[in-house]
Amino acid sequence: MENTNNIEKIDKKEEASTHKIGIYLWIWTLLFVLSFFSYMVDWYQFQGMLRWSLILFFMFLKAGLIMAFFMHLFWERYALVNVLLWPMTAIACFIFLMAAEFQYTLFSRLFYFVVGGGA
Amino acid sequence: MSEPKIDGFELKPGFKGMASDTASDQTMFKGVHWGKAMMWIFLLSDTFVFSCFLISYMKGRGSTPVEWPNPSEVFALEAFGVPVPLLLIALMTFVLITSSGTMAIAVKYGYEKNRKMCGWLLLATALGGLTFVGMQAYEWSKLIHEGVRPWANPFGAAQFGSFFFMITGFHGFHVSIGVIFLFIYTYKVFAGHYEKGKKGWFTKLKGDYVEIEILGLYWHFVDLVWVFIFAFFYLW
Repeated sequence: MENTNNIEKIDKKEEASTHKIGIYLWIWTLLFVLSFFSYMVDWYQFQGMLRWSLILFFMFLKAGLIMAFFMHLFWERYALVNVLLWPMTAIACFIFLMAAEFQYTLFSRLFYFVVGGGA
Repeated sequence: MSEPKIDGFELKPGFKGMASDTASDQTMFKGVHWGKAMMWIFLLSDTFVFSCFLISYMKGRGSTPVEWPNPSEVFALEAFGVPVPLLLIALMTFVLITSSGTMAIAVKYGYEKNRKMCGWLLLATALGGLTFVGMQAYEWSKLIHEGVRPWANPFGAAQFGSFFFMITGFHGFHVSIGVIFLFIYTYKVFAGHYEKGKKGWFTKLKGDYVEIEILGLYWHFVDLVWVFIFAFFYLW
């Protein structure tokens, strides 16, 4: 209980010192530029691995900037940051599983449509 | 957001700090408002919902032998008589990023107790979100007019429509809820609820400008989800 009160007292004092507006304007500009680049990927009709890697690169860069600076994760303590980011590995596993699954589904569809199941 | 200080407890940095924060036999997220922690937990669960949608989209698109409609042709828009690929989607992206930027600066002014600037920037954010929803309504009605349905469409694989309406619809729903709350909080800020110490949402405790940061987290999350939808649905 004592500790909670202390946190509140200190929070009041520290509210005056927020981040400078410049950092938000910088991130904002960067997001515009990165979105423009990812639009250019479509504009110039890049294809294949180049297209996919560029899309993913700009996407992760934008997502990282939004989370780190707009959502303040860069300034949060690791206890919160880790609770939020580790569950993402579960999503990565799920993507991996379903990627294997769709390849198998596509294979069996083509197999039965074209060969008629080999019967 | 700021480094908290607690009497009788040493706040270590990095992973050591994470271990001692977690094992401290008291609140784990030091210096984080309970509403902010709860908003983060909600956003984490929401991340899983959107991930499931996008993963099912990957599975559906990858497993169909029929050719997938080309998004840069489907979402092209006539400008001065020339079809420009993804024009509307690019505009929507820029509108949403703009509103995300105004939101971030509104949070900053909120913490500085600059009531007027915080209110105006919140209003700008709300109007940006409203523009986004309006453009999405236009996009939907255009595609419906062209014959795109959840079960069929004239461009290619039939799954396209159901994934499109589900994913962008669920995102648009989030934006709409966000716009409603942005207008409510614009009113609360301009009316000076935080200076008067009026009670906050779902609590009898006094409200505070930290609520603007919590609302901001939600709004940035909506922008974050759009980054992924833009990459995977429109560009891929």
